[in-house]
Amino acid sequence: MTAPQSAVIDCDVHAVLPGISALKPYLSAYWCEQIAQTGFKGPPDQWYPVRTVAADPALTDSIPASKVEYLQRDVLDPQPELEQAILQCDCAVETLHNPDAAAAVAAALNDWLAAEWLARDPRLRASIVVPSQFPELAAAEIDRVAGRPGFVQVLLPVRSEAPYGSRNFRPVFAAAARHALPVGLHFGGAPGNPSTPVGWPSFFLEDYAGMTSVFQSQLISIVAGGTFDLWPDLRLVLLESGVTWLPPMLWRLDKNWKGLRREIPWLRELPSEYVRRHVRLTTAPFDAPDEPGQLADVMTQLGGDGMLLYASDYPHAHGQDAALSRLEFFPTASLVNIRAGNARALYRF
Amino acid sequence: MCAASCSRLVDCDIHNTITMEALARYLPKKWQDYQREFGRRQLPGDYYPKAMPFASRTDSWPPGGGPPGSNLPFLRQQLLDAWPIDFGVLNTLITIRNQERDYDAAMATAANACQIAEWLEPEPRLRASLLVPFEDAPLAVAEIKRHGANRRFVQVLIPSRTSQPLGQRMYWPIYAAAMERDLPIGIHFGGWAGGIPISGAGWPAYYLEYHTGMSQTFQAHLISLICEGVFEEFPQLKIVFIEAGLGWIAPLLWRLDRSWRQLKAETPRLRHLPSEYFRRHFWLTTQPIEEPPEPAQFTAMLGHLGMNDRLLFSTDYPHWDFDNPDHALPSTLTPALRQAIRRENACALYGFA
Repeated sequence: MTAPQSAVIDCDVHAVLPGISALKPYLSAYWCEQIAQTGFKGPPDQWYPVRTVAADPALTDSIPASKVEYLQRDVLDPQPELEQAILQCDCAVETLHNPDAAAAVAAALNDWLAAEWLARDPRLRASIVVPSQFPELAAAEIDRVAGRPGFVQVLLPVRSEAPYGSRNFRPVFAAAARHALPVGLHFGGAPGNPSTPVGWPSFFLEDYAGMTSVFQSQLISIVAGGTFDLWPDLRLVLLESGVTWLPPMLWRLDKNWKGLRREIPWLRELPSEYVRRHVRLTTAPFDAPDEPGQLADVMTQLGGDGMLLYASDYPHAHGQDAALSRLEFFPTASLVNIRAGNARALYRF
Repeated sequence: MCAASCSRLVDCDIHNTITMEALARYLPKKWQDYQREFGRRQLPGDYYPKAMPFASRTDSWPPGGGPPGSNLPFLRQQLLDAWPIDFGVLNTLITIRNQERDYDAAMATAANACQIAEWLEPEPRLRASLLVPFEDAPLAVAEIKRHGANRRFVQVLIPSRTSQPLGQRMYWPIYAAAMERDLPIGIHFGGWAGGIPISGAGWPAYYLEYHTGMSQTFQAHLISLICEGVFEEFPQLKIVFIEAGLGWIAPLLWRLDRSWRQLKAETPRLRHLPSEYFRRHFWLTTQPIEEPPEPAQFTAMLGHLGMNDRLLFSTDYPHWDFDNPDHALPSTLTPALRQAIRRENACALYGFA
């Protein structure tokens, strides 16, 4: 059982933009006029079916997680042991093909997060929203926002038009490194290309379950592209990624590296060693097996609890059972690390 | 050699190469002229040099000339006679490129005729997968009907990189025709996919990524085939994942089961947990074998998968990542399981006796 006094850092809670009008105070006159003239609604956020997993069905707010008061009521205040919670605003800026629109919306989102969330609760931290599809603009936004109180990470949607290990994205990682910020890859994104390597699926269930494939592609790309060789201090956090897919993927990647390493000569050790050193994963969802013995196998494969960061993923509901949500399957010593210790080390809180 | 490794064997993934010269013996003149005039159009975007010429072992080039896998006597010498192989399943990778559909169909028909005359008839140990123009179901069904009574064809072959996830209804007539003849659908690593990026995050840079990431095509097909209700529509359909890997499957089933419990209103055709459909309808070849850092993790992985009667040994001859029958399976497997994987599971699936 969890020791009630054990500290908590919640590495994935959501701030949901209730609509483009909420950003008007943070947008230039030009973009306010565009909204009025063209009906521009900002990025669509259609990742979650409205009442199925978009929010815990117990939440009755018209737009869950759209106000700091909701978060305080549901997450922050009921947990006196909670030290920090990191806001992810996974508003789909990557859907905007107009680079100026993408940059303007990302900047407005960050200013909205700063004014209406971070400034209003000292327990909150946030990831920087960037126009990830335009790496130079994304780097500029990181430079603009980094160093402001509360911004602790750069947020990229896991789905992208090109994988993040490709050289096009180096300005983003360089900017994160310049400001000693971890990079977080979060479930979802809507860049326009199919979500699977064989075209578009029919159901949300397929997109949801298949998102682990995209995390795999990104992780393979980031390692193979030499990102961790270029920035040896870079930390990468996989948010809402699931966890149990990781070890078998690393077996495959290590095996292939032994056969194909001449192709990427900059890698100096097994891909899995880079991943264990640089990568962390949040615990919601975990995608655990039902059998406790199998879960113990997975923890052995993961090499222990060192890569795991507790997250509630508020307000999303992942259909995990209660024991999983409370991480009760971990021994107490591990829980201390997973609930706060690993995050404290990673984010240098 | 140890006694265990000398036990009899079925190899469920052998690549014979049908050269353009061989194919020309079976391709109607009309299509030979077409080929001469327009060439074999490449779909752009997915060229990754594959580690070694022809993605093959350096010792697999026949001494008499021709590419790896193109010479039956040399294939006998290097594979069929080198190990105690009772049956071998050919998956010829002549590419049905998803271009002019009638040309695709003619290529498949010619390749199948070549397989019968130049591979199956001269070598009794060999069986073959039937090539079909899989992106055009009526043409594919016609090819299945043409050969459906020939039991030397033991399954219908579809490459894993298709233009749509394989649960989509455009492919269903192929499943109906295959099930009617009790032919499994073999889905094999690779293919062309009609220009869709090879990952859900766009085009990667390196062959290492292409190769490591190919399991993601199978992940999408597993999810799609189950979620679209294919196994409710075709309750006797059998699917063989060839060269897909094994380790990723159990974690994906854990995730899919949990997701489905929450989202099942979206897929009302499904009456069972996704993992139950998978364990009932799927078979898996072993190459490239998983190599976790500890053998105990391999055993644990098989426990998580729970499909010991569905694992089929394969070498992937003559490719560079060939699995040697003497060494590929971990020594920790029980003799009974080793023998099931090496031979018995394949005999049960394909009806070899």
